[in-house]
Amino acid sequence: MSRSSFTTNSASPENSTEPEVDAGIEQTRRTLLLGALASTACLGCSPPARAGEDPPGSDERPQKGDVLVFSEGDKEGKLITAADVPAGGPPVHAWPKDPNTSVVRSASRLNEILIIKLDPAELDEKTRARAVDGIIAYSAICSHAGCPVTAWVKSDVGDKEVFKCMCHNSEYDPRAGAQVVFGPAPRRLAALPLALADGSLNVAGNFIGKVGGAQPG
Amino acid sequence: MSRKQWLLSGFVAFTCLASTAAISGPIENYSPVTTQRLENPEPGNWMLYRRTYDGQGYSPLDQINASNVKNLTPAWTFATGVVEGHEAPPIVNNGVMFVATPMGQVIALNAKTGDEYWRYKRQLPDDLFQLHPTSRGVGLWEDKLYLATTDDHVVALDAKTGKVVWDTKVQDYKKGQYMTLMPLIVDGKVIVGGSGGEFGVRGYVAAYDAKDGKELWRTFTIPGEGEPGHDTWQGEDWKNGGGSAWMTGNYDKETKTIYWGVGNAAPWPGETHPGDNLYTSSVLALDPNTGKIKTHHQYHQNDSWDWDEVDAPMLIDLQRDGRNIKSLVHPGRDAIFWVLERTPTKINYVAGWPFVSTDVWKGIEPESGKPIVDPAHKPVIGKRVEFCPSLWGGKDWPSAAYSQRTGLVYVPANENFCGGFTGEKVALKPGELWLGTKPEDIGLKAKPGADHFGELQAWDPATGKKVWQHNFPKSQLFGSVTATAGDLVFVGGTNDRNFRAFNAKTGELLWEQKTNSGIMGMPVSYEIDGTQYIAIQSGWGVDAQRIQDALATNNIGIEANVPQGGVIWVFALKK
Ligand code: FES
Repeated sequence: MSRSSFTTNSASPENSTEPEVDAGIEQTRRTLLLGALASTACLGCSPPARAGEDPPGSDERPQKGDVLVFSEGDKEGKLITAADVPAGGPPVHAWPKDPNTSVVRSASRLNEILIIKLDPAELDEKTRARAVDGIIAYSAICSHAGCPVTAWVKSDVGDKEVFKCMCHNSEYDPRAGAQVVFGPAPRRLAALPLALADGSLNVAGNFIGKVGGAQPG
Repeated sequence: MSRKQWLLSGFVAFTCLASTAAISGPIENYSPVTTQRLENPEPGNWMLYRRTYDGQGYSPLDQINASNVKNLTPAWTFATGVVEGHEAPPIVNNGVMFVATPMGQVIALNAKTGDEYWRYKRQLPDDLFQLHPTSRGVGLWEDKLYLATTDDHVVALDAKTGKVVWDTKVQDYKKGQYMTLMPLIVDGKVIVGGSGGEFGVRGYVAAYDAKDGKELWRTFTIPGEGEPGHDTWQGEDWKNGGGSAWMTGNYDKETKTIYWGVGNAAPWPGETHPGDNLYTSSVLALDPNTGKIKTHHQYHQNDSWDWDEVDAPMLIDLQRDGRNIKSLVHPGRDAIFWVLERTPTKINYVAGWPFVSTDVWKGIEPESGKPIVDPAHKPVIGKRVEFCPSLWGGKDWPSAAYSQRTGLVYVPANENFCGGFTGEKVALKPGELWLGTKPEDIGLKAKPGADHFGELQAWDPATGKKVWQHNFPKSQLFGSVTATAGDLVFVGGTNDRNFRAFNAKTGELLWEQKTNSGIMGMPVSYEIDGTQYIAIQSGWGVDAQRIQDALATNNIGIEANVPQGGVIWVFALKK
């Protein structure tokens, strides 16, 4: 029997020698991998559990005066300044944080925010009016079924980079109020007004528009 | 009664009304469902996911047949008012139809006229998030019906009124636990399995008492410390090892054994969870009374391709190589058409062959039935790896069917798709996707020069021969198949919104009807007052939509837009 052929019937044991060789190779590779994994510092570890189940205020929507902290990456939990937001993207993922209580509002996934800095000349009028120094913020929760909007990629239907929700490929243009340019999302991402004080970003008001996915029914 | 008590009871009554608005209900003369009726369903009813416990998806009705199906015409339609993928079979019990839709709705209808009796609308939490916000139907028992919800509750409704009888929380949706399957009802037990492999859950199958919603047992699909199979995992990987079990199981009423399909390991790249990873990508044989695992068969080891094997195998009595075999037949997401033998204590490998082209397997070990992997097409960390078929596999969850008249298995297959991704190690954050790759790094490609994608295939499981095949040039095939004694095979699943009937013997296309949206639901057949009906939900979304969008961006002339919105379509012969 050729090694690449498929058997359609279970056959006699003597046919099974080759697969064992394969299994051996596989085993060696796995052993190597295990070693590699063991020597990698805690890449697969879970993050520390959130202290004692969600402090008060942590699931409230962003409030005027909240500061913003990184929600992921090496600087997770650190304050975001205007200088932290790279011009032209990609967006920074953030949580709002109550500066008085130091509570990060991360208990609701609906609070995750995308902050992006774009050339003001590229923004439409309404978006430009909301931007501070080209920086604008939107809800990171897709208006289709509520997945997180994770990607900053070239649009499938244009030549500009857009926010993309990979769940069903919805695309949003942050230059035009995050309106939908592709995919099944029914409406734009909610916008979050920002203010700038001494280089720090603050929340200047409530979300404009509905946050999260459609839940009809 | 004090004022406070009075207010309280008023509030309870109000909330019930708010979630269930009766239109022309309640239902009079409801036929209670019993073990006897589920084990031997009347030909005119469709009360289980695939009509019968063996999962064959076969209706013995033959009024609509190969010679008159051209006269099939809509009898009534009903708009659900919901978008997203409508995947549930309309469930029919003596003239009453129950339909589950995405977003936690159940609609009870007069199956003859389409008049609404009542509608249950679950109030889902705002922060709910799933990759698969859908429902595959309601299970029936006595005078109640049972819904597994996307916010991870099992809910019992009064079949006559739609009022909630009990509501049991299963697990925490905020940790990525959710359910989309139709519960399997066995002897007064409501048996469900969890979704959420893509969130790094530990999969399970669990049973609830149909009377009061008390949990009777829960069996994890990833064995814990001290349990057989635990040694197929390393370190702590088992705790978030995936193995979700999000499709309804089948049931052998003779041996009282449930056969339940188990999904892939989490996260996707096998390097992140070395070992065979039992019981991922397997079928489990479970005792419905205790949940005890009697035996199992793992289709493929150390899954790295997102190849869930959740669609439970069909139970078919076969004559093969001169032997009567009580078989388990499973056209796998891993591209292999599996024929296994079920015995009370063991599942034996009988045969396996690729039913679509694949570059992942070099063959199958003849004794064990283990497929032999080509390492060049097994995803790894830090390097892009391509493989065929794509991560949606040769056949995803939509069910195949078996006709007792033709002896053929009808498979909704996809050919000429390949996929790939770059594996990466990512820390688990409860409630967030944990795929082991960046979602934006996942690819679906059409093979260059491919002349078609979807294939409806007819296989003889006794010989391993393909008898016929119908190709869909410009669409995937993403819908379940139903066979009837009228020698017909019904299927939707294409992006042109058509519902179709084929000659079960020859594969000839006999009838098609455009519907409002694309169909990813399951066709059913039932009979009332001597008239045979065919029913289906049309409503595109979820993975059919994802494949569609990926296809549209492949520059192969395929339209991106398939309209969404659910409609129940019911057909009968023109009078
Ligand atoms: S949830 Fe974002 S496109 Fe569907």
